[in-house]
Amino acid sequence: MFDIVFWILALVTVGAALAVVILRDVFRAALSLVLLFLAIAVIYITLYADFLAVVQVLIYVGAISILIIVSIMLTREVWHGSPTGKLRIPAIVVSLLLLGTMVFTVINTNWETSGEPPLQPTTAAIGTSLFGEGGFILPVEITAVLLLAAVLGAIVLIREK
Amino acid sequence: MSVGLEHYLVLSAVLFSIGLYGVLAKRNAVVILMCIEIMLNAVNIALVAFSRYVVPMLLTGQIFAIFVIVVAAAEAAVGIAIIIAIYRNRQSVDVDKFDLMKW
Repeated sequence: MFDIVFWILALVTVGAALAVVILRDVFRAALSLVLLFLAIAVIYITLYADFLAVVQVLIYVGAISILIIVSIMLTREVWHGSPTGKLRIPAIVVSLLLLGTMVFTVINTNWETSGEPPLQPTTAAIGTSLFGEGGFILPVEITAVLLLAAVLGAIVLIREK
Repeated sequence: MSVGLEHYLVLSAVLFSIGLYGVLAKRNAVVILMCIEIMLNAVNIALVAFSRYVVPMLLTGQIFAIFVIVVAAAEAAVGIAIIIAIYRNRQSVDVDKFDLMKW
């Protein structure tokens, strides 16, 4: 049962990613990107990461895809489509080489997996290790500064003169 | 053979390669940004798979994935702002025409 779910999800994600790259229509590519984000949220559920699945739906499906669709509409370049440049063949070669290297490495490495059952639900444990004693509190604070800088930078870049 | 860590890692590698092809080959800047998001999501799948199969009680991989998501959101906001600013100047999002800083 679990295996069937994984294979269906693998087909959907790879198909949606290929559609993003291949489709000529930018808007349809953006919609298949939304499908890809949703399928990845379901992949997180099969990996027992319930909190991350909800975060994925909220941030990627809710926010980033809207941002991308709005930017497609603002730039009014939809009828130009998404053509490939002069570097199409070298790009295919480089991607296939990287894919071959990564798959070879993954298959030939003896991964030491732990047989323990996964922790669930994960929300309380993630909260404890993000904000708790000896956790990741300093990176969380730095992330807040990063987000503030990103928002300010976006406003400064996009402001009318 | 039942689904394990290797399957998720290979899926992540496939998605990353597709995204890399899009970043290298596409000319529309918005599509390039979408392909960067695909690559970041592929990395997140690998991190969560490691977290599930190697250290299931520690969740460090999931916390890394949360930080990657935050940085991806910041990157999308700044990237789209840059694209729209360039579009205002040049009336185009074709990266072949972004040659102002070329020698």
